[in-house]
Amino acid sequence: MTPDLLKDLNIAASEGVLALGGLVLLMVGAFVGEKSARLVSVLSVALLVAASAVAATGPLGVAFNGAYVADPLAIYGKVAIYIASAVAVVLGGGWMQRERIARFEYPVLIVLAAVGMGMMVSSGDLISLYVGVELHSLALYVLAAYHRDDLKASEAGLKYFVLGALSSGLLLYGASLIYGFTGSMRFDEIAAYATANPGVGLVFGLVFLICGLAFKVSAAPFHMWTPDVYEGAPTPVVAFFTTAPKLAAMILFARALSEGFMEAHAQWAQVLILISLASFVVGAWGGLAQKDIQRLLAYSSIANIGYAILGIAAGTEAGLQAMIVFMTLYMIDTMGFFAILLSLSRNGRPIRTIADLAGLKNDRPVTAIAITVLSLSVLGMPPLSGFWGKYYVFGAAASAGYWMVAAAGLVASVVAAFYYLRIIKLMWFDAAPDGVARTDKAPVESQWIGWACAAFAFPLVIVGLTWLEPATRIAASGFGAG
Amino acid sequence: MEVTLQHYLAVAAMLFTIGVFGIFVNRKNVIIILMSVELILLAVNINFVAFSAYLNDVHGQIMAMFVLTVAAAEAAVGLAILVTFFRNRGDIAVDDASVMKG
Repeated sequence: MTPDLLKDLNIAASEGVLALGGLVLLMVGAFVGEKSARLVSVLSVALLVAASAVAATGPLGVAFNGAYVADPLAIYGKVAIYIASAVAVVLGGGWMQRERIARFEYPVLIVLAAVGMGMMVSSGDLISLYVGVELHSLALYVLAAYHRDDLKASEAGLKYFVLGALSSGLLLYGASLIYGFTGSMRFDEIAAYATANPGVGLVFGLVFLICGLAFKVSAAPFHMWTPDVYEGAPTPVVAFFTTAPKLAAMILFARALSEGFMEAHAQWAQVLILISLASFVVGAWGGLAQKDIQRLLAYSSIANIGYAILGIAAGTEAGLQAMIVFMTLYMIDTMGFFAILLSLSRNGRPIRTIADLAGLKNDRPVTAIAITVLSLSVLGMPPLSGFWGKYYVFGAAASAGYWMVAAAGLVASVVAAFYYLRIIKLMWFDAAPDGVARTDKAPVESQWIGWACAAFAFPLVIVGLTWLEPATRIAASGFGAG
Repeated sequence: MEVTLQHYLAVAAMLFTIGVFGIFVNRKNVIIILMSVELILLAVNINFVAFSAYLNDVHGQIMAMFVLTVAAAEAAVGLAILVTFFRNRGDIAVDDASVMKG
């Protein structure tokens, strides 16, 4: 091997560790058989933690002729993504054991998806963008249909696959037009052609690219798969879907637009504003009539992606920082929400509808407090963590001149407050439907993860912000138009 | 008549449109949707190769190789999911794929 190749591989070490480790785990699972589910889970958590340590300590730089970038943004994204994936493995392992569908493929698929997400956050050209997106999407399609004897899960997997494949097609068509009209795959070389007044072909390609990525982050009007997939897929898988892949796709979104098309900001900002307004409306109003908790959280995630996209649309360094802060805090909130959902069951059956939460305060007071804190946080009540995310986003949007959009976002969060407050009201003030509201004994891991996330949402977030602020500032530095 | 870049792009755009319509208009069979997805990816490949030849730049052809590989993997995953769906449901008509609504 030439020294150059060694240097490149060293820069991309975290993906290498994960990819090789994932293959080894697959072999372990294949040889040991069905009994290995627990062993592979433990090993994959260790692998993900090790990969995030490698990413955090590895060298910065550009590798493989600009196809792979390791900058502070990529490092921050990778550490957050790998840790979120590890938490998803922990949450899923126990749950699947109780549901008797524990197989070793679940942790392996999450590790392979993590490889793809790592590629996404550090992609420097259109080829690694596409390969990263596909690498993580293919694993996610399988995860959605993971409960293979369940009709809903396989329907969710099928819907996710069809719409995901369509979105990859759109993304790729956009990539081909961008390549054709600029003559390069690399974002930094594309930037030379993407001037303030780009040609029609380039704008076409850019719009296709944005549509494809909007599908992946489930922003309206490309959200139609989200409620069905969230309702049908196994709960720990949904917990994974709302966290790591969303962050990876948002960082990819920000990187592609601000590295490749900063000069053409006026062109794509309009599209993003439109997408984020549509997401506010769909997320806030669509959630009002929902009865299934996971479906409700799907609409909540659509609305929240709208805020994150608003941060990118600002096109400034502050906007990118706002997006990262918002997504990090949102990830912790939803992870907590799903962990608590996983820890609740009645007579061996999981809690699915909002009405099932009625009277929870008598039975599980601490969990009821945790749900209350997380709901208030997602709805943006100061000084909980969700408020700080929105504070950053609205600040960045307002200083970039998007006052009206920020105001619309505020209105949407007031509307969305209705469904979060309804959950709280049901838990604290309504009696259980038939008077016997006994819930089953909670599994240890999901309960503690849920409580920990709630504790972070408030009050630990006040401490957390003192390191989140400088970390995200470094991650966002060098992007955007100052 | 000489075949120029425009002709290739026009063919690719037509195939792409047929593929997208195949997904949305088709109401019968999921297999047809898989075929439409394949059509979209191949339309994109024509684009990449045509641009690559026109620009005298090899990157487009490298991308086309990646797209072919991923398309194969995607078809494998898609058919696997379709098999689990068929086992649970008994048929693969698109209209019936609606246990969940809202």
